[in-house]
Amino acid sequence: MIPPRFDYHAPASVAEAITLLGQLGSDAKLLAGGHSLLPMMKLRFAEPAHLIDINKIPELRGIREDGNEIVIGAMTVENELIKSDILQAKAPLLCEAAKLIADPQVRNRGTIGGDIAHGDPGNDHPALSMALDATFVLQGPNGKRTVKADDFFLGTYMTLLEESEIMTEIRVPALAAGTGYAYEKLKRKTGDWATAGCAVVMQKTGDKVTHIRIALTNVGPTALHATDAEQVLLNKPFDEAALAAAAAAATAICDPAEDLRGDIEYKTAMAGEMVKRALRKAWARCA
Amino acid sequence: MSKKLITVTINGKKEERAVEPRTLLVHFLREDLNLTGAHIGCETSHCGACTVDVDGESVKACTHLAVQCDGSEVLTVEGLADKGVLHAVQEGFYKEHGLQCGFCTPGMLMRAYRFLQENSNPTEDEIRHGMSGNLCRCTGYQNIIKSVQYAAKKLQEPVTA
Repeated sequence: MIPPRFDYHAPASVAEAITLLGQLGSDAKLLAGGHSLLPMMKLRFAEPAHLIDINKIPELRGIREDGNEIVIGAMTVENELIKSDILQAKAPLLCEAAKLIADPQVRNRGTIGGDIAHGDPGNDHPALSMALDATFVLQGPNGKRTVKADDFFLGTYMTLLEESEIMTEIRVPALAAGTGYAYEKLKRKTGDWATAGCAVVMQKTGDKVTHIRIALTNVGPTALHATDAEQVLLNKPFDEAALAAAAAAATAICDPAEDLRGDIEYKTAMAGEMVKRALRKAWARCA
Repeated sequence: MSKKLITVTINGKKEERAVEPRTLLVHFLREDLNLTGAHIGCETSHCGACTVDVDGESVKACTHLAVQCDGSEVLTVEGLADKGVLHAVQEGFYKEHGLQCGFCTPGMLMRAYRFLQENSNPTEDEIRHGMSGNLCRCTGYQNIIKSVQYAAKKLQEPVTA
């Protein structure tokens, strides 16, 4: 399978890429890691007349600290997330979760920004970003703006990213010492998208949950922030009854699409199970 | 839809070619350069039969544009042996019967080659994780693991003159 014909552009800076986007308009698509876009082009689900390859823009790569935030360049690839000492120390959820995404070769190419901006509910970084309360930096002809992960996703393949904009950074608050975290992802095989997934970030005092964020992967048209499930747990003892109630609140917001991974009932049930597993693991990691 | 002139160093040899932007790296290798080691399997970046090394990283050549490799160094299975002497991973696949039909083998070899540079003394679990982007439809995985273990051991032997 060969993609349809297109013209190729490889800008060296974000400014140059934004200028190109402005000139080429809706005929152009940004090429990040390409592992979603190129297969879509082979199948003629996407037929852009121009590809703007942003792989050769150094300012879009790398992981650094900025005060209490970790700043991840949007074109940072999954294997760099796994290897990052900064993330291992300050947001280990991302290192652990990235190992569950695709396979070693694809992780050399697939980028965190591409995974988020594509707007595929099957992608993992949207739910991870919600659990981590991340902020996305979008840059366009009128400068930069920031959007919370919670607000960014509008529907399947639909996000707040404008045609004229590029996602440049993902900003993640550093996890406080003793914060528990987990990503539980049910998948059929290596490289697969989640049948259902759940990301959790949690803090405790004594036997009570004092901070909790729960987000779900691939059980709705976008990643879902399970706020009702959080309310069930917050400031209450963490026990089996609370777990069951949280899982029930989370499954209540599920609206998965039936596909070869399972029917709606199965996927919803599995989402509840992933919520329980992620909560248990995160709780056990709280200090 | 104009062609782009690219310069790529492939198996140590510099190649300059004009390519259509839509040309995938695997087609560039097979059709323009007649290097047919990298195989076209699933074409959806799942199976890994097209795996080659680009600038020291394993890449699936069916999901990479040739034009993106301008200025890059590419290593394919044709470049693995040194003056007719098999590389340790090739020897391992031969000694431990790591190939059955052979279709996945070039990708397996290229991934094993790079994986052992990322992790020179892997456990069996690490090998399974490191090779998980390559599928063998004969399901000959056990011998593939043994082949990688053979190569890991061989690569750790002191070089004798």
